[in-house]
Amino acid sequence: MRQAFVRQLLEAAKEDPNIVLITGDLGYGVLDDFAKALPLQFINAGVAEQTMASLAGGLASLKKKVFIYSIGNFSTLRCLEQIRNDICSMNHSVTVVSVGAGFSYGPQGYTHYAIEDISVMRSISKMNVYCPSDSYEVSVVLTKILNEGKPSYLRLGKGGEPLLHPSNLSSDFEDGVTLRSGPDATMIFTGAIGSQVIAAAEILSSTGIEAEVISFPQLSPISVRKIQNSTSILFSIEEHVTRGGFGSAVLEGLSEADSGRRVRMLGVNYDGYSLGSHSYLQDISGLSAAKIAKYVNSKLAS
Amino acid sequence: MSEIWRKDTEKLANEIRVKSLRMTSKAKASHIGSCLSVADIFATIYSGTAKISPETVDTPARDRVLVSKGHVAAAYYAVLESTGFIDLSELDSYCQDGAMLGGHVSARVNGVELSTGSLGHGLPYGVGLALGLRVSFPGTRVFVVMSDGELDEGTTWESALIANHHKLDNLVVVVDRNNLQSLDTTENTLALEPLADKWRAFGWNVVECDGHDVEKLRDAMNKTGPLMVLATTIKGRGVSFMNNSVAWHYRSPSEEELTDALIELEVK
Repeated sequence: MRQAFVRQLLEAAKEDPNIVLITGDLGYGVLDDFAKALPLQFINAGVAEQTMASLAGGLASLKKKVFIYSIGNFSTLRCLEQIRNDICSMNHSVTVVSVGAGFSYGPQGYTHYAIEDISVMRSISKMNVYCPSDSYEVSVVLTKILNEGKPSYLRLGKGGEPLLHPSNLSSDFEDGVTLRSGPDATMIFTGAIGSQVIAAAEILSSTGIEAEVISFPQLSPISVRKIQNSTSILFSIEEHVTRGGFGSAVLEGLSEADSGRRVRMLGVNYDGYSLGSHSYLQDISGLSAAKIAKYVNSKLAS
Repeated sequence: MSEIWRKDTEKLANEIRVKSLRMTSKAKASHIGSCLSVADIFATIYSGTAKISPETVDTPARDRVLVSKGHVAAAYYAVLESTGFIDLSELDSYCQDGAMLGGHVSARVNGVELSTGSLGHGLPYGVGLALGLRVSFPGTRVFVVMSDGELDEGTTWESALIANHHKLDNLVVVVDRNNLQSLDTTENTLALEPLADKWRAFGWNVVECDGHDVEKLRDAMNKTGPLMVLATTIKGRGVSFMNNSVAWHYRSPSEEELTDALIELEVK
C-alpha cells in the first residue's frame, strides 16, 4: 500500500511540479525513488513534525500540493494543532499521510499503534479522511486527493497488504465498494482489516449465513446512501477504537439520514498496551476473522 | 527623504497606539501592553520595508507578513486600517458580536496571511513560505513578527534548524523583545538569555536594535536572512502608566485611563 502510494505520487509529481513530498525523517527504502527522481520536490524536515505540518501549510499557500509523511501518530497526534490551524482552517491542499494504520507496527509497541487517529482527524472541520484497504483503493483515493486539492488525511498500512478487489476501481467509491453480496447481514469496514472481514464472511457462509461486505475507503465526509435502507444488522469493523472512529462516523451518517438501521460496532476493545505481531494484536482485539465471524453470529442469534 | 520617512513612520506608529487603545478600551479586551510594544515594528514593516499594499494583496509575487503573536490583533488591525487594507468601520466593531475582527489575528481579514493566536505557528509556516517563494518568486521576503515569550515553543527551535539548513535568505523574523510574558519576565519564566548567542549558534544572522527606533528597525530588517531581529522594546510603550507592567497584558483601559493615555500620545 505504501509502495503503491509513493509510486503513483511520483508519477503525478513528474507531471506536476507543484506536488511536494515532505517526510519527518521516515520512509527508509520507501521514499528513495521519489527523493532521487525529484529532489526539488522532496524535503526531509527532520524529526520535527510540528514544524513540518506548519511548513506544509506555508508551502500550500503558494498553490503547492503538499504531502507530509510519517508514522501513524507522529504525523497526526504530534502536530494536531498545526494541522487544525495552519492546514485545515486555511483550507490548504495538504495531505497528511500516516503509515502503520492500526497495529501494523506489531511488536514496536504502544507508541506506534495508530488506533485513535481516525477519530481525531475526522473531527477537524474541512478535513477529508481516507483509509484505503488495498492498492486499488489507494489509487482511486490518491487520484481524488490530487484532483480536489483539499485538506486530507490518508491512512495507510505498513506494506504487504493483500489485494481485496479483483481489479481497478471506478472513481465512484464514496458510497462504499461492495466486495460480496448477502441478505443476512452487512459487514462494512475501513482499511486493511478488510482481509479479516472477507475471511469472516467466508466462515459465516460455511455456516449458512450470507453476509454482504462493503469497503469504505472514504470516512469523511461519510456517505451512508448504500447502507441506510436495508433491514439486516449492520456491522462496522475497524482496526481502531470505536470511540469516534469509522463506526461512529456511520452512526452519525445514519442519524442524519434518519435511518433506523440496527448497528453493531466492532473495533479495538483493549487499551493498546499488549505487545505482539499484527495478527496477534488483531486477534486479542476481537478482530481476527474467526472472532469477527463469532461476534456477527452471536448478534444475529440474539 | 529619510527624515520624511521617519516622521511618517513614527506617525503611523502613534496611530497604531491610539487606535489600539481605543479598540481595547471599547471592547474591554486584553493585550494592550503588547500592542503598544509592537507598534513601531508594525509601522516599520508597513512603511515600505515589506513590499505589500492593498493593491497587491492577492499578487503572488508579494512579500508576506505573518503576525505570529496573534494576541496583538488590535495593533495589527490598526496598521492594516491605517494603510488601507481594511475600513475604519471594521475597527469600530472589534470584538463585537458577529464582527470580523476579534482578539486574535484572523486570515478572514483582508491582508492577513495566516490566522494566529496559538503561539509558535508563524515561524514554521513562514519557513514553508520562504522555501516556496525563494524558488517561485526570487526577491520576495517573508516577515514573521514574534513575541519573546513565544520563543519558548518547540517549533521555534525546530524552525531555527530548518531555516538555517536551507539557508533561507528571504526569511526575516522580528522578535518584540519586551522581556515580559504572561505572568512574569521571560528570564523568571523560562530563561532565554543569552538569546542573540543562541540564534547565532543556530546559524542565523542576528541584529539587536532599539525596537522603538523605526530607522534602526528598518535597517535591521534589510539585512540578509535567515535574519533574527531582536528588537528591544518596552511593554506598554508610549503610555507611562502601562510601561513594563504584566497587568496590562490582561487589563483593558477604563474610560479615564484611555483619556490619560491618549493625552500622553497626542500631546507629543
